[in-house]
Amino acid sequence: MNEQVHTANLKTIAQSPLVARGIGNVKVRARNVNVFYGEKQALKNVSVDIPARAVTAFIGPSGCGKSTFLRCINRMNDTIPGARVSGEITIDNQDIYDPSLDVVQLRARVGMVFQKPNPFPKSIYENVAYGPRIHGLAQNRAELDEIVLSSLEKAGLLKEVKDRLHEPGTSLSGGQQQRLCIARAIAVSPEVILMDEPCSALDPIATAKIEELIDELRENYCIIIVTHSMQQAARVSQRTAFFHLGELIEEGDTDEIFTNPKDRRTQDYITGRFG
Amino acid sequence: MKEHIVRSYEEELALLDRKIAQMGGLAEEALGQAFDALEKRDPRLAEAVIESDKAIDRLQLEIEDQVVTIIARRQPLADDLRHVIAALRIVSDLERIGDLAKNTAKRALAISHEPYPRPLMSGLRSMVERALRQLKEVLDAYAERNSELALSVWREDEQIDAMYNSVFRELLTYMMEDPRNIGICTHLLFGAKNIERIGDHTTNIAEVVHYLVHGRAITDDRPKGDKTSSTLISRDRD
Repeated sequence: MNEQVHTANLKTIAQSPLVARGIGNVKVRARNVNVFYGEKQALKNVSVDIPARAVTAFIGPSGCGKSTFLRCINRMNDTIPGARVSGEITIDNQDIYDPSLDVVQLRARVGMVFQKPNPFPKSIYENVAYGPRIHGLAQNRAELDEIVLSSLEKAGLLKEVKDRLHEPGTSLSGGQQQRLCIARAIAVSPEVILMDEPCSALDPIATAKIEELIDELRENYCIIIVTHSMQQAARVSQRTAFFHLGELIEEGDTDEIFTNPKDRRTQDYITGRFG
Repeated sequence: MKEHIVRSYEEELALLDRKIAQMGGLAEEALGQAFDALEKRDPRLAEAVIESDKAIDRLQLEIEDQVVTIIARRQPLADDLRHVIAALRIVSDLERIGDLAKNTAKRALAISHEPYPRPLMSGLRSMVERALRQLKEVLDAYAERNSELALSVWREDEQIDAMYNSVFRELLTYMMEDPRNIGICTHLLFGAKNIERIGDHTTNIAEVVHYLVHGRAITDDRPKGDKTSSTLISRDRD
């Protein structure tokens, strides 16, 4: 990325309407992002600014590119054979596709939570301790304990598991497992948390707990959530982006998108008129 | 516009509009008949209007129930959300219009045996005709989602206000001419005020239609013509 673009970016940030809304500066900035899986173009020219201290929801029908775009943000697409990403994505103005960038470090900064809770086949404690340990975030056992407990606390799970930290993570209920995965993501002190349909395998109570957690976490993290539930997007997010056929159709304040969307396609999708 | 994938949802929303049309029709009829009862000194017609208000109230409850059910079961969004919210607001205005028509009919009952100054009725008649036309147009604007038509109704309420001002002054004059007119003129004055209020509710509905179509309130300042709250007899003498 050249210096000129840098200056231009800084200027835009200063005038960003996101700042005025109190949801922070731009954290993740995408410009003209295209993704190909072999010959097939999955994402077309996506440009968007994602605020630092807010929840941004990506919505759209299956195959619209929302998960593809989510996976661009921590370079998960690198692992898919035949996937090509072009365009620019920056986090805090740092180009994350810079060849000199350490992808492992990037994924520590950009945590991810998946649709199905996927705890490691280890104890609850080890699930959370794993990341900080491999990234060398703790000098000694006491520090590691501190990180594990505070991550479980932030994920709203500590009370439920404090007496069984050495039982397997898989012994927890689905909702608890998902919060364990969130604790695991938080443990490495990420700046951005990506969530790919984090509640689709959970019952309404477990879903409500995750949503409450998301609401608390947005004070300190930039959260991006992909969801098929319009109501969930409306409940948890401050910004919403609608994708369709690989394009970003419309993006804006969630209140506005769900009461008065500008684009006919957004309207048709969220009201169940897509045919 | 594309139809909803779930057909029963589409039908529920269509049913909502049919009921609003029905309720609007009843409100129009009540207003027209209330005036006829007043003009023709017809206590039986007045009774019928009073009775018909029950049907309007019943429809309001039905429509409100239906909206609550749609919100609970369908969680409407975007234009669907505006549709059900608009329906809620419109039925409450129509219910008020029904009440005002009923009140006018009650006044018709009260004065049905009194002699009255005949020329008075022409001013009231033009008011009612205008109010009826506005009400019909705003209901059409809702049915057609026609915000231009709604906006024109919204602007024209000023005419009803102007007519009300002149009826007001006229009635004051009759009352000053002969104190025996005071009783009947007071009833007619309230009748005129009812019609002026019906114009205001019609204007509210026009605002709702604009919101339904565009997702935002009308931002212009509405011309307002009702000056009777600052009109005095002493000033009339000048």
